[in-house]
Amino acid sequence: MSEIKSQKTYMLNMGPQHPAMHGVVRLVLELSGERIVSAEAEIGYLHRAFEKHAENETWNNVVPWTDRLNYVSPLINNVGYALAVEKLASIEVPERGQYIRVIACELSRVTDHLTCVGASAMELGAFTVFLYMIKAREYLYQLIDNLTGARITTAFTRVGGVKGDLPADFAEKFASIAKEVRTAVAESDKLLTRNRIFMDRMEGTGVLSKEDAIAHGVTGPFLRSTGVPYDVRRSHPYAVYDKVDFEIPVGTTGDNYDRYLCRMAEIEQSLRIIEQCLRQIPAGKHSLEPKEIKYAYEIQDAGKHGDTALLAKYQAKVDQTLAGMSKDDQPNTRVLDRKITLPAKETTYGNIEGLMNHFELVMWSWGVRIPPSETYFAVEGGNGELGFHLVSDGGDGPYRVRCRPPCLFPMTALSKMLVGAQIADIIPTFGSVNMIAGELDR
Amino acid sequence: MSELLLRGERRDVPASANHEELAKLKAEGYNMLVDLTCVDYLPQGKSPRFDVIYRLMKLDASTGQDLGRLEIHCAVDDLPILRSVKNIYPSADWLEREVWDMFGVKFADRPDIKRLLMYEEFVGHPLRKDYPIAKRQPLIGPKSGDKAGSPSFNILHPTITGE
Repeated sequence: MSEIKSQKTYMLNMGPQHPAMHGVVRLVLELSGERIVSAEAEIGYLHRAFEKHAENETWNNVVPWTDRLNYVSPLINNVGYALAVEKLASIEVPERGQYIRVIACELSRVTDHLTCVGASAMELGAFTVFLYMIKAREYLYQLIDNLTGARITTAFTRVGGVKGDLPADFAEKFASIAKEVRTAVAESDKLLTRNRIFMDRMEGTGVLSKEDAIAHGVTGPFLRSTGVPYDVRRSHPYAVYDKVDFEIPVGTTGDNYDRYLCRMAEIEQSLRIIEQCLRQIPAGKHSLEPKEIKYAYEIQDAGKHGDTALLAKYQAKVDQTLAGMSKDDQPNTRVLDRKITLPAKETTYGNIEGLMNHFELVMWSWGVRIPPSETYFAVEGGNGELGFHLVSDGGDGPYRVRCRPPCLFPMTALSKMLVGAQIADIIPTFGSVNMIAGELDR
Repeated sequence: MSELLLRGERRDVPASANHEELAKLKAEGYNMLVDLTCVDYLPQGKSPRFDVIYRLMKLDASTGQDLGRLEIHCAVDDLPILRSVKNIYPSADWLEREVWDMFGVKFADRPDIKRLLMYEEFVGHPLRKDYPIAKRQPLIGPKSGDKAGSPSFNILHPTITGE
C-alpha cells in the first residue's frame, strides 16, 4: 500500500467522446496505477437552453421541448410538465385522461429501465441481453407510436388533457407486448442475475450509503437501492396512482447490483400498473351513434356549402398524429374549456366559432393565460423525482421554468462512488447512475 | 392535499442569513436539498432582483415517507451576500455552480466558482432576463453582427448584432 502511495499519479480524460460515457460527459480522473485517486465530472456538453427557450414559448409549446429532457422516457416529462401547469392554473383533467397519462408514464418507465439495464449489460460484455431488451423496447416504441404518433418525440400532453384517446385495440396490443417484455426480462434475468462475471463487476462496486444518497439529493431507483422506499408516486400520488396497487422494490446495500435488481423489479411493477389501469379506466366515447367518417377537408367543404345541420354526423378522418381527438373523445380526455384546450377537428373545420376558437388559442400572445403565480410539482421520473418549478406573470407563456433533473443528483455523488475503485468499476457505476445527458444538461 | 405538501410552506429568509437558517433546518431534520434554483425578476422591477429558492425535504430514511417540505426564498442582488451551503448539503456544490452560471448570483465564500453547464469562455449569464435569446458568443458565433453563421439566420433576425 505504501508503495502505491509513493507512486506518481497521472491524469486520464474519459470522454466526452467515449462509448461508455452515454452521450457526452467528461470524467477527469487522477489515477495511481488502475486505482482512482480523484474523479471530476464535467457536464454541459448537451446544453440546449431548455429553460431559456421555455421562457420564450407559450404554455403548450413547451411540451415538445420536454420530450428532449429525458429522451428515454419522454412521456413522463410531458406528463410532469402538464401536471405542473395544470396545478398553476387549477385545472382538473377528466378521469379517463388521467388514466391515459398514467399508462403513458408507465410505458415510458419500462422503456427507460430496459434501456438502462440493457446498455449497462452491453458495456459489461453481455451483448445478448442488450439485444433482448432493445427488442422488447422496440415493441413498446411501436405501441407508443400508435398512441402518440411518434416513437420518441411524443409531445403527448396538452395543458388540460392529453393529445387523444387510446387507440381502439390498445389493450389487446399491450397484452401481447407485455408478454414479450416479460419474456425478455425473464431471459435477461437468467443470463445476468446469477452470472459470475456480471456479479463480480456489479456487487460491491459503486456503493453509496443511505445517508450519503439523501445528503446528495438522490431519488428514484438509485435511492431505493440503498433501502429508502421513497417514491413520489406513493408519497404524493398524482393522477390516479392512489387507485392502483404496486410495490416499491428496495435494495439493501446500494451497490450497482442492487440498482440493477431494483430496475428489473420495477419493470414488472410498471406492467402491473398498466394492466390495472386498463381494467379500471372509465369507458370512452360518449356518443354511440355511428358517425360518417370524412376527410377533414370534406367537412370543411360541407361547412362552406351550408350543410351545417349534417356536420354533427361526420367524424373527421385524420392522420395518426391527430388520431383520438374527435369530438366524441374530447370530453373524456381533456378539459372542455374554450380558453384552455383546442376544439375538436370537426368543430374547427365545421363552423366559424370553432375556427376562431382554434386561432385564438394558437395565435402568438393570445393562447392559454394563467394568472400570476408560482408553483412546484414533481412526478416520479425514470431516474427519480422530476420536478418543475413554474412562475407565471399572467402572460401566455411561462415566466420561468425550472426543471429539477433527477439524474443530476447522483452525478454529484459520482466522485464519491468512484474514488478508491478501479478504472473498470467506472463502467458499471456510470451505467447504473443512468445519466441522461438531455436531462442533465437541459 | 398531497400537492400542497409537495411544495411546502414558503419562508422568506434574508440572504445574509441563508447559511445559519439552512444549518438550523438541517438540524431540525430537513435532510435533503431537493432543489436550488433562482428566478430573475428584472422586468418586474423587483429589488433585489433575484429570488434564490432552496427546496428542502424531511425524508424518513426507514419508511421512505416525505415528512414535510419547505421552500426558502432569499432575495439577492449581484453582490456576494449568500453563503455557500455545500458543507451542509453536498449536492449544493453543483447547484450553486449552476445558479452562478445561469444567473451570475455570487456566493461570498466561493469567489472562484466554476461554471457548470456553460464553458469557461462563455460571456454573460444566459438565464438573466436581459440576456437576449439570440445572442451569439465569441467562440461559436461571429464576433460582429455582419457575418452570421448561416445566411438564413441573418434573414430571420436582421437586427442581431454580435454583442
